[in-house]
Amino acid sequence: MSATAMNAAPSASAAALLPRLRAALPGEALLTEAEDLHPYECDGLSVYRGVPLAVALPATAEAAAQVLRLCREAGVPVIARGAGTGLSGGATPRAGTVVLSLARLNRILEIDPLARVARVQPGVRNLAISEAAAPLGLYYAPDPSSQIACTIGGNVAENSGGVHCLKYGLTVHNLLRLKVATIDGEIIELGAEALDAPGYDLLALFTGSEGLLGVVVEATVRLIPKPECARVVLAAFDDLGKAGQAVADIIGAGIIPAGLELMDQPAIAAVEPFVHAGYPLDAAAILLCESDGTPEEVAEEIVRMEAVMSAAGATDCRVSRDEAERLRFWAGRKAAFPAVGRISPDYYCMDGSIPKKCLAAVLEAIRGMERKYGLRCANVFHAGDGNLHPLILFDANKPDELHRTEAFGGEILELCVRHGGSITGEHGVGIEKIDQMCVQFGSEELEVFHALKHAFDPEGLLNPGKAVPTLHRCAEFGRMKVHGGQLPHPELPRF
Amino acid sequence: MSEDVAALSERILAAAANGRALCIRGAGSKDFYGGPLQGEPLDTIGLRGIVDYEPTELVVTARAGTPLAELEAALAERGQVLPFEPPRFGGGTLGGAVAAGLSGPRRPYAGAARDFVLGLRLLDGQGRHLRFGGQVIKNVAGFDVSRLLTGSLGTLGLLTEVTLKTLPRPPAETSLRFELDEATALRRMNEWAARPLPLSASSYHDGALRLRLSGAEAAVREACGKLGGVAFSGGDYWDGLRDQHDAFFKSAATLWRVSLPQTAPPLRGDAPQLIEWGGALRWLAGSQDAVALRRQAAELGGHATLFRGADKSAGVFQPLPAALAQLHRRIKAVLDPAGIFNRGRLYPEF
Ligand SMILES: Cc1cc2nc3c(=O)[nH]c(=O)nc-3n(C[C@H](O)[C@H](O)[C@H](O)COP(=O)(O)OP(=O)(O)OC[C@H]3O[C@@H](n4cnc5c(N)ncnc54)[C@H](O)[C@@H]3O)c2cc1C
Repeated sequence: MSATAMNAAPSASAAALLPRLRAALPGEALLTEAEDLHPYECDGLSVYRGVPLAVALPATAEAAAQVLRLCREAGVPVIARGAGTGLSGGATPRAGTVVLSLARLNRILEIDPLARVARVQPGVRNLAISEAAAPLGLYYAPDPSSQIACTIGGNVAENSGGVHCLKYGLTVHNLLRLKVATIDGEIIELGAEALDAPGYDLLALFTGSEGLLGVVVEATVRLIPKPECARVVLAAFDDLGKAGQAVADIIGAGIIPAGLELMDQPAIAAVEPFVHAGYPLDAAAILLCESDGTPEEVAEEIVRMEAVMSAAGATDCRVSRDEAERLRFWAGRKAAFPAVGRISPDYYCMDGSIPKKCLAAVLEAIRGMERKYGLRCANVFHAGDGNLHPLILFDANKPDELHRTEAFGGEILELCVRHGGSITGEHGVGIEKIDQMCVQFGSEELEVFHALKHAFDPEGLLNPGKAVPTLHRCAEFGRMKVHGGQLPHPELPRF
Repeated sequence: MSEDVAALSERILAAAANGRALCIRGAGSKDFYGGPLQGEPLDTIGLRGIVDYEPTELVVTARAGTPLAELEAALAERGQVLPFEPPRFGGGTLGGAVAAGLSGPRRPYAGAARDFVLGLRLLDGQGRHLRFGGQVIKNVAGFDVSRLLTGSLGTLGLLTEVTLKTLPRPPAETSLRFELDEATALRRMNEWAARPLPLSASSYHDGALRLRLSGAEAAVREACGKLGGVAFSGGDYWDGLRDQHDAFFKSAATLWRVSLPQTAPPLRGDAPQLIEWGGALRWLAGSQDAVALRRQAAELGGHATLFRGADKSAGVFQPLPAALAQLHRRIKAVLDPAGIFNRGRLYPEF
């Protein structure tokens, strides 16, 4: 998406909104000065930027709902924002919009150790929940690598995953109930503290909706018992294809690792000098394969994991001997993004998912694309669930490099779709992948998405222009998926 | 569109044109569930067969009319299972299981039907053959319509194909029995669930708490040592709960399903009761005062469903708050604008 398209002129009614917001919020809870707005111009994907009209920082759920009501009355779009760590431009504002930051709603309201649930405000950081639950022997399972910073509200909006999601599920699997402020300024409850709620599963529909359907003002999440023990195998391979095969073999053997991550040679080379995790620099790829449970159970499973990986051609398997070594093995994986950031002025993190059986073929194709676009790419990813994170290295100051990077990234995503996968495994569509939505979905499905948004937000004021492309946009992009040989909407102009 | 799907699509288009109600039906094993059946039957039973099964991906795709038994047998051959243990009620198809969204004994420990639905295809009320979600475990592109459809009781469309996540069958399994009163049993189920034990089912009935442990050999053995109780061979017992052919369910002509937070205190009243899901599911046999029961359930943070019964005049599902009811009507209109699918099956107003 081009930057100009995002900076349309503010409407007249927008000007009338500010005094009303000011009256509704305490002074420090409304930012309108250019220097105060600056930090809200983008999220973790900083190539897209926009300056909002104002940033509202309510301190209560009711005040957040009131901001929505006022924006609706004024017809001004609202962009919810957590910590701004999103990687798809989801929280990026446009000119003339209001950013609704949930950062001040940052209290853990209740932890019930017997029921194993935490009730938290949306601005609570992901890791803060697990830290608060730790003394009770419990934790919140989804652990995005950004967990020290990202908020639970953002996690819900993106249906975020993490290293342990293969075994313990994504955000959607670990939520019980949400309180959501609608664009009307009403607060509704989705889900329940019971394991189901009557009617349609609106909790599931809302999870991953990228701020397009409503704003989370409270979340009740499931906590699970901390396993007694965890150990990780660090396995080295001299061939990427063999590492990919080992991933399939592990699952095929009936093992569900607590985590199963792959790093390729460029990623290892970036990480090792920085973190000293003990990764073999001469390996074409490494796998980190974790087992958790009781000590006896882990001992048994680790032996099986090692056997499978050796049979798949691992040149070396090292098992963490203690907790310190386990954390050291993981430290490299967790620091992979910043490490890549050190060896390249900029990097662009992609997020496609594919069936695991296609890992080797897709990684091979990416190597080919490196040559085609003249850019390097490092791969670190959630191999167990087929969620790729190619990191394309570039220099934004060099003319044309960003453009080539975007084209490279787009081609990777389309390749994922061709292999039966998805353009996004966990980072969301946002602005970034909106054109590729036209590749993954047909016009009829896109129409349903728009109609569902309309059911929650009839005027289209919640995070407009994100996540779901207009059919017109797809026609322009020239990638409208064609149903049964029939070009949809022949009445639309094509360029 | 394949020929059989195209034929169904045509029937939907014709019904929509005349505003005629359609009653979507698989094997009919859940005809008893939800509001009374209305409209011309529209069978999915011809849409049969496994489309794609990749054990190493933990993913299976099958057509909606595939009998659950056929699907589960194919998974068993590769040592895998449907972890949410969908009730079969003596038959049952994949489409019916997903449309009803019901889950069996393992639900609190492994997840619900909706947690394992990765993608699906459906015919909507305009006869369009739509595809949502996908064949991969991680996929956040577009709204999660697949999970919205799960448990929507066919009111939003006719499922033609479903993709589910599978899991390996746990290598070891043991069941334990404890004699306890209800309040203690409820507390124990919750306390034990807060410890890293390989629980996979729990029930309380007639003074007996029963647990199933599934997992690695070592984990199950260790857990048995920690928990005590009397071991019993649980296979038939848990199947009896899953498919409701256990004596408690068989004798209940009217059956209420009360879904509560797992730690909710014992329900008032003296109706025969069977508790499942670590305390989160309380089945009551016999007629109840619907209004009072629903009020009690709501106060405890849950809801009550008239799961089985000849007289459904009290309404099958707990009524929704106004704002949610409005959202439901709007969502219904998105996928079934003419209001032809499974009228009154979920809520009387659509
Ligand atoms: C170094 C790094 C590593 C990462 N690793 C992972 C990873 O392992 N797995 C993963 O899934 N993601 C990862 N991410 C992406 C990101 O952290 C997640 O998407 C996260 O959930 C975003 O949370 P946030 O609070 O920063 O949300 P923001 O970026 O502020 O917002 C994200 C989206 O959510 C919406 N939103 C925010 N709050 C609310 C709310 N209360 N109600 C409704 N909508 C809301 C916004 O409008 C926006 O569309 C990573 C990011 C970085 C920078």
